[in-house]
Amino acid sequence: MQSKFAMSVPQGRGSWLSRLWRAFAGTGEVNPADRIFLWVTGLFAGTAILVLGAMTLQVFRASLPSIRQFGWRFLIGKDWDPVLDAFGALPYIYGTVVSSLLALALAVPIALGIAIYLAELAPTWLRRPLGFTVELLAAIPSVIYGLWGIFVLAPWLRDSVQPFLAARLGFLPFFQGTPRGLGLMAGVLILAIMILPTIASVSRDVLEAVPSTLREGALALGSTRWEMVRKAVLPSASSGILGAVILGLGRALGETMAVTMVIGNRAEISFSLFDPSYTLASVIANEYAEASSDLYLSALTELGLILFGVTVLLNIIARLLIWRVGRVPSGAGRS
Amino acid sequence: MNMLRSVVLGAALVSGGLSAQTVIQGAGATFPYPLYSKWISEYQKVDPKANINYQSIGSGGGIRQILEETVDFGATDAPMTPQERAKAKSPILHIPVTMGCVVVSYNVPGVSSGLKLTPELVAGIFMGQVTKWSDPKLASANPGVKLPATPITVAYRSDGSGTTAVFTEYLAKVSADWKAKVGAGKSVKFPIGLGGKGNEGVTGLVKTTPGAVGYVELAYAKQNGLAVAAIRNKNGKFIQPSPEGVTSAASGNEIPADLCMSITDGPGAKDYPISAFTYILVHENQKDGTKGKMVADFLWWAMHEGQKFAAALDYAPLPKDVTPKIEAKLKTLKFAGKVLITKK
Repeated sequence: MQSKFAMSVPQGRGSWLSRLWRAFAGTGEVNPADRIFLWVTGLFAGTAILVLGAMTLQVFRASLPSIRQFGWRFLIGKDWDPVLDAFGALPYIYGTVVSSLLALALAVPIALGIAIYLAELAPTWLRRPLGFTVELLAAIPSVIYGLWGIFVLAPWLRDSVQPFLAARLGFLPFFQGTPRGLGLMAGVLILAIMILPTIASVSRDVLEAVPSTLREGALALGSTRWEMVRKAVLPSASSGILGAVILGLGRALGETMAVTMVIGNRAEISFSLFDPSYTLASVIANEYAEASSDLYLSALTELGLILFGVTVLLNIIARLLIWRVGRVPSGAGRS
Repeated sequence: MNMLRSVVLGAALVSGGLSAQTVIQGAGATFPYPLYSKWISEYQKVDPKANINYQSIGSGGGIRQILEETVDFGATDAPMTPQERAKAKSPILHIPVTMGCVVVSYNVPGVSSGLKLTPELVAGIFMGQVTKWSDPKLASANPGVKLPATPITVAYRSDGSGTTAVFTEYLAKVSADWKAKVGAGKSVKFPIGLGGKGNEGVTGLVKTTPGAVGYVELAYAKQNGLAVAAIRNKNGKFIQPSPEGVTSAASGNEIPADLCMSITDGPGAKDYPISAFTYILVHENQKDGTKGKMVADFLWWAMHEGQKFAAALDYAPLPKDVTPKIEAKLKTLKFAGKVLITKK
C-alpha cells in the first residue's frame, strides 16, 4: 500500500510541469481507485488556488482606475474625501497597523501567561475546562463584542480610565485630548480581547509539543519551575509562539465589525489613544455599499488590495514559522 | 379512464399555476425598507400571484443593480446623478413613493426635550465651530433653557447612507461655509466628531455620550426614545420633526419633469426643513410583459392604497399635488411599446 502511494509522489528530474503531469497521469501500476482519489482531492486543492488567484486578479482589475489615478500617492495620501473624489489610504493603513500592533502588545503577555499556566503549571483536572473557557472567547460573535464596547467599555473608559490617564500621564502625547470613550483605545482593547484566545490556545499547543526530556533535563540540573520554563521550554517553543502571535495579528488586521463599532471611524492620524481612528477593513465595510462614483469604488477596492497584501504576507510568515516548529525533533512521549 | 385523465389534467394545471407565480426582484435603499416590507406583505393580499422580494442593500447597490438590469426595480434615497443616468442602457424613471426626514438628536445633561436649533447652529455644531453646549449662540436660541458647559461630541454616520445625503444636502443649502468646505453626499469628510455605523451606531453614540449630538432618521429616534431638536425653517418657525411637517415640505413645490426634487429648507410655515423623497427606480421600457405589468400595478397600489401605512411607520404620505404627476409618470411605463397601466 505504502509503495503505491509512493508511486504517486512526484519524483525525479524534469520541469515542474512534467513532474506534475507524471504525478497525476502516473504509470499503469497505480490502483485505479487511488488514481481517482488523487484526482478528486487534487481538484479540490486546485480550487483553493483558483479561487485565490481569481480573487486577486479581480480585486486588482477593479483597483486599476484608482491605481492609475493616484499611483503611489494613494499609499501616502492623508485625504479621504468622497465628495471631491480625492482618496488617500494612509490614515487607514496607520489605524489598521497601530490598532493591531497595540492589541498584540496587550494580548501577547496575557496569552503567554495563560498558555504557560495551562501547559506547565495548572493541575491536570483544571487544564481542560480552563482551556475550553479561553477558546470559548473566540466563539463570541464580533457584533456582540462591538455592542459591549459601545455600551459598557466605552462609557467606562470615558468616565474612569481616560480621565485617570489624562491626569497622571497627560504629559505624554498618547493620553491627550478629550476623553470620549470611543476611539483608538477602545478599538485596541476590543481587539486584544478578541485575539487573546487564538494566541493562547495555539501557544499552549506549541508548549505541549515541547519534548518532556527538555523539562526533565532542566529539572534534573536543579532548575526551578520558572527557570525550566524560561530557559528550556520557551526557547524551544519560541518560533511556534511567534507563529501564534502572527495568527493573532492576522485576525486583528482583518477584524471589521467590532472595531468599526468602537474605533470612532475617523480618517485621522493622531498619536493620542483618546482620538478616533479608522481601519482598512472598517472603511470598506462602511462605504462600499453606497459608493457612487467609479473612482470611489475603485479606491475602496484598492484598500482591499492593500489589506489583502498585508494579510497574505503575514499568513506566509505564519505558515513558515509553523512549518519550522513541526520540524523540531520530537523526543520520547511525555510521561 | 376519464377520471384519471382529469386528475392528471388537474395536477398539470395546478403545477402550471404554481410555476406561473412571478417573482419580482427589487433592491436598494435601507431607509424605506420597513415601509416597503409592509407594502409587500399587504400587496400579497391584493394580488396573491405577486411574489415581491426586496433586498435592502443600500441606495448605491440599488442603482448599480438597476443599471445592470439584475433587478426588476431599484430604490434610492438620493436621485441618480447625471453620470449614473448616462450609464443606463434604456431610460430609468424615478418614482417618488414616500418621504422621510432626518432629525438632530441630542444628549444634553439636564435638557431632556425642547432644544431649538437654527440652521446656522446646526451647521456650526457639525463644522466644529460651536464646541460647548453653553455657547452664547445656543443660549440665545433657547431662552429659559439651562444649558450645561459640557463639550459637544458630534456623531455622524460612518457608512455611506441616504440619511447623510439628505442631511448634508440641507447643510450645504443653508450654509455657504459647509458647501465650500464639506459638500453634500452619501459619505462626506466630516470636519469633526465620531463615526457610528448605521442608525444604530449613531443612536448608541448619542445615548451613551453626555453632550453628544447626531443625526438619524425620525423612526429611529422615536423607537429609541432619543431627544430630537426643533429646527428653525426658512419661514422662521421652529418645527418639531413629524410626518405632517414632511408632507407640508413636499407640497406646493414646482415639480420637475423627472420628479426628482429637493424639499429641504422649504419655505412653508409648517415645513420641516430636513425632509426628502425616496424613490423607486424602474426601466421605462420593461423587458418582460408579465413582470412589468406586476411592477406597475404594485407601484400604482403603493402610491394610492399603500399610503395609509406610511404614517404609522413614521414615513410621510405623498402630498396631493404630487400624486397626479406620479400617476402620469407611471402611465409611461411600457412593454413592447404598449402602456402597462390603463386605469382612470
